[in-house]
Formats: sequence, structure tokens, C-alpha cells
Amino acid sequence: MDIGLLGQYVINGLMLGMMYALVAVGFTLFFGVLNVIQFSHGDVLMVGSFVGYTAILALAAIGIDNPIIELLGALLASVGVVALLGALIARYLVLPLRSSPPLNTLLITLMLGTVLRESVRLFFPDGSNPKRFPALLPDEAFTFGSFTLRVDSLMLLIAGLLLIVALHLVINRTRLGLAIRAVAQDEETAMTMGINFRLVVLVTFAIGSGVAAFAGVMNGLYYNEINFGNGLLLGVIGFAAAIIGGLGSIYGAILGGFLFAALQTIGSVALPFASAYKDVFAFAVVIVLMAWRPTGLIAERTSERV
Amino acid sequence: MTLSGMKTVVGMTAMALALGAGAAQAKDTVEVAFIGPLSGGVAANGLGGRNSAELAVALRNQDPDAKYHYELLVLDDECKPNIGVQVATKAAADRDVIAAVTHYCSAVAMATADVYHRFKLPAVVWGAVLPDVTYGNEYPEVHRVNGTMINQNETAAQFMTEQGYKKWVVIHDTTDYGKGHNEHFSKFVTESGGEILETFGVASDQQDFTAELTQAKALAPDVIYFGGLSPLGVRLRRQMEKLGIEAQFEGTSGIVSDAYLQGLGDLAEGSLAFIEGAPLAKLPGGQFFKEQYEAAGYTDPAEAYGPFAFAAMGLVLDTIEAVGPDRGKVIDALGNTEGKDSIVGEITFDDHGQNVVALITKYVAQDGEWLVWDDSEYASGQRSLVNVQ
Repeated sequence: MDIGLLGQYVINGLMLGMMYALVAVGFTLFFGVLNVIQFSHGDVLMVGSFVGYTAILALAAIGIDNPIIELLGALLASVGVVALLGALIARYLVLPLRSSPPLNTLLITLMLGTVLRESVRLFFPDGSNPKRFPALLPDEAFTFGSFTLRVDSLMLLIAGLLLIVALHLVINRTRLGLAIRAVAQDEETAMTMGINFRLVVLVTFAIGSGVAAFAGVMNGLYYNEINFGNGLLLGVIGFAAAIIGGLGSIYGAILGGFLFAALQTIGSVALPFASAYKDVFAFAVVIVLMAWRPTGLIAERTSERV
Repeated sequence: MTLSGMKTVVGMTAMALALGAGAAQAKDTVEVAFIGPLSGGVAANGLGGRNSAELAVALRNQDPDAKYHYELLVLDDECKPNIGVQVATKAAADRDVIAAVTHYCSAVAMATADVYHRFKLPAVVWGAVLPDVTYGNEYPEVHRVNGTMINQNETAAQFMTEQGYKKWVVIHDTTDYGKGHNEHFSKFVTESGGEILETFGVASDQQDFTAELTQAKALAPDVIYFGGLSPLGVRLRRQMEKLGIEAQFEGTSGIVSDAYLQGLGDLAEGSLAFIEGAPLAKLPGGQFFKEQYEAAGYTDPAEAYGPFAFAAMGLVLDTIEAVGPDRGKVIDALGNTEGKDSIVGEITFDDHGQNVVALITKYVAQDGEWLVWDDSEYASGQRSLVNVQ
């Protein structure tokens, strides 16, 4: 295989991996603070991409067609609205069910995902059709032989990387991060230390959902197409990525995201069967990995769930 | 309006109401069903079909000469075979339902044929194009007004090789629909001297095609042939652009929809597709259908297969009018359909219940519209397709 082609696969895989990683981070954050699985996370992402899309349409309607302003508007609206949505989900669906079995939370969020998905399909104008997400980033591309590097893909990758770094700094360098880590480690002790547990949970859900909204807008900008079903598979893959990385570990989730993308790319390129089986291949490897490392590649340092 | 004018209107309304009430009392009610994908990725086509079938029923109910009053049972198959079997069973098990106009998705139409046979419910397919829906069984219950992908791909292969194209990469979804297109197109195009460089089967809900397209790019084909439906077509065409692939995009009947054009905008320009039947404006009853559809005030477009749903429902209602609301008689009468006028042209069923009048139209996307090839600037030479030799 020539080197240009290889480079192309790597760039494609990195883009996919970045999106999976951003989704997986949300799953892992929620699990970290509350030990719950928020299964509508993928659909929350899809809502994020539609909010961003609506913001762009609204800006265009009032005559603003500067791509930078449109992009910022889309991001702000999307992250803002979806962070609020995340906090509301935590407040009204997840927290009230804290004392019931975790299965209930899983089920209720699974149903919420269907509600979100179908609501967009039914109530968004012409929502059952794919929507054209405007290309707001420069569309220049550098071509080296068989390798095409688009400026917009590069910008998205860098933006995703910056978001991960920012998240790292928030979790490890701020009082908020300290509180999140404290709650994740031992909720009761954290509360006796004066940490406002409810607030930490709400903020964590807002952050996780905001990151998903960012990934949603990124998804729209990368594919220039959004549809109401976008979130379903992204949610499942993000969840799988979080699991193989080690649920509760942010770096594990990121690693899991990139690993899953790599598996999909290998599945469709290097293996001698139809590329339709790439997900079968990737999920089969996930099963093997889980059998080998049940707690994930990077397990939580303290595990009290024995 | 003058007072006397007002009186006339009031009088006429009262008379119409009285007549209407009288007619409704005199007529027996007959139930017919429509099944299509009303939710999910291809819901746009399903809703167009539903509206068209509903329109056919409404027009019949307005007809004072109709012997029966018709009620429409609408069911959603979600374009999923398992759901399709459930709703088909629901319709078929209901003895009040005399006949059904069924399915846009081939995979669903395949799965439900057994159900209609088992319950002896006459079914007329309005959109699915897989040949096996009618040819893969010996069921007298199953009919189809639209043509099949065999005719479609024969025309497509012939047309494309005439343009001078030689090398294809085929990408198809792995449902029966996509696989069928792949099979028939590959066969016809190889026979007419074309070469298939590589074939990729992809999942029907796949989002990312960069891995497949990167491989395709390395092979440098003249044409990328896509066997699948609009949502996937939009993604594929978009990602071709992203990866800088210079190849003509050739689709199937599955992408001839407004959803494809709206999902892509300028990028749809020059996409090719082939479809059974003729455009609304060129159909014998196209203008009539268009006017009625608009007058009924539907917000969703009828989409490409709306007229077929309308024609299928019209045929079902005509048959019930002729032989009465009896499933067995309707099946026999439908089987003998020959030279029947409809808005999609003449309908003649062969011994498999397949309409043999296969009219295939070539389409090209030009300025955000699906234009008949012969009317386009591509045919007249003002614009040209990608990689034309």
C-alpha cells in the first residue's frame, strides 16, 4: 500500500476516533460521579447538532453570513442548550432514581433517547430527511499524491484535541475538577467535606453533554450532513469505547474511542471481507478485549465495586 | 356577495349535505390498507406514498357513482422487515380489510409476501423494486404496479456505456435492495463491456464511508455506482467530494427524491439515476395527479413513488368496485388485469402479478431538480458529466 493512501486512512481514522472519544468521555464522566449509564447520550449529541444547525439558520435569517460568527453562534447555542438539557436530565430523570436499581436509569435514559430522536424527526420541519449542514470551515485541501488533507478536517482535529486538553485541565487543575474527582471516588466522604453533591452531579452532566454537543457540531461540519438517526450508533460506539477504555477513566474513554475507530478502519481496509462487516469485526474485538480486561484497558485506580 | 347569491350558496350547501348524507347511508363501508415506511430514514417516501394512496381513497369517496364508501387503514412498516411482518399480519388478520397497497422497501416487501399469501390478502406493491418480490414466489396475492430493478439496471448499464464510461466502483447497501441492484447492474454492465473494479457492501445506516471511498479513490474509476437509498446517497456523495474523488456519481431509483437534492444542495448537480415509470408531467394522468395532490394541501411532497401508490390504490378500488368486497374475487380479478389505464400508464400483470409495462426514465440532477435526461442541458451538450470520454 502506498504511503499516501496509508496517511489518508490514518487521518480518516483519527477524525472518527476524535468523535467517538468525545462521546465516550461523556459516558465515563456520568459513570464516574453517579455510577449510572446515560444511554440517551448519543441522541443528546444529535440534538446538539440540530441546535447548532438551527442557530446557523437563525443567524442566516437575520442576515449574518460571516462563517466565523455563524460557527461561534452554532457552537455557543449548541453547547449551551445541550449542557442545560444534560443538567435537566440529571435533575429530573437520573437523580430521582438514585436509590433504585441502576437498570432503571439505563432503561429510562434509553427511552428518553427514543423520545429525543422521534421528537426531532416529527417536530423539526421536514425532520425525517437528512439536513445539509453548511460548510463553515475553509474548504482548501492539500494534495500530496493520493493523500488529500483538508484544512477543515485538520481544524476539527485540532479543536477536538484542544477540547480534550481543556477537559483535562478542568478535571485536574480546578476546584470543580477536584470536587468531581472527590465525588467520583467517594461520594459520602466528599459530602462530609462540604462538597455540594447535587451541584457537582448537575455540572458534570452539563459538561459531558456540552462535550457531546461539540462533537455533534463537529460531526455536522465534517460530514456536512445531519439526520435524526445520527446519535444512535454514535451512542452505542461511544459507550463501547468507554467500556473498553475502562468506564470511569477519561483517558481510557479517549483511548477507547481511537481504538474503536482504528478497528473499524482496519475492518474495512485490511480484512478480506465486505466492509459491511467492519462493525461486526470492531464489536467482536471489543468483546474479546472485555473478556481479557473486564475492567477496561485503564481501570479506575480505586475500585470499591467489588 | 348579494343576499340572493348568499341564499343560493346556502341552499346548494344544504342540498349537497343532504345528498352526501343520503349517499353515505346507502353505501357499505369497505376497508383497505396502506403500508409504507412512515418513520425512519426513508419516511419522506413513505409519507408521499401514504398521502397519494389517501388521495385516491378520498377522490373515490367523493365520487357519487362509487358503490362503496372506503376507509383507509394506514400502517407504518418503518422500512424494517420485522416491523413489516407485524403490521402486514395486523392488516391481513383483520377480515374487514379487503386489499392492501404495500411497501416501499424491498426488504420489507420480501418478508411480508408470505403473510399476504397465508392470509389470502390481495396486495399491490407500490414502490419496492426487487424482482423477487413478484418473481421469487408463486403467490397469486402479490402484485406490483411499478417495474423492477432488472429493467432499471439494464437501461442504466446501456446508457452509461453509451456515454463512454468503462470503469466502475460499486458501493451498495447490504439489504436485498442494494444487493439486488449490485447483482443486476454488475451483470448488465459487464455484458456491455464495462469493468467493475471493486464492489463494497456497506451497512444501510453507515455514517462514515471514508475508508471505502479512499480505497475507491486509489482505483480511479470513471463512475461510482451507488445501489441504495437517499440518506446513504447523500452521505456518500458528500464524502466523495471531501476526499476529492473525481468520478461520475450514478445512483438508482432510491435516490430520486427531494431529500437527496435538499441534502446535498449544489453537490447534487450532475448525479444520475434511473427510475421506473415516467415523470409526473409526462405520465398520462400526471397533471391530474399533481393538481389533486396540491389541492388536497399535503405539506410533504408526493416523491417519486407517490403516483405509483395512487395508481395501486386506484387499481385496488376499481377492482373492488367491479367484483365486490371479497378477497378471493379481488385476487382473481387483479390477476387478470390487462391494459388497465392509470396515471402511471397502462397496467398489465403477468402470471407473477408483475406489471410488464416497464417504462424506465433516465434522470440527471440539474440546478437542484431531477430532470429527465433528454430535457437536460447535459443531453444537449451545454453541460457535461464527470469523466465523459
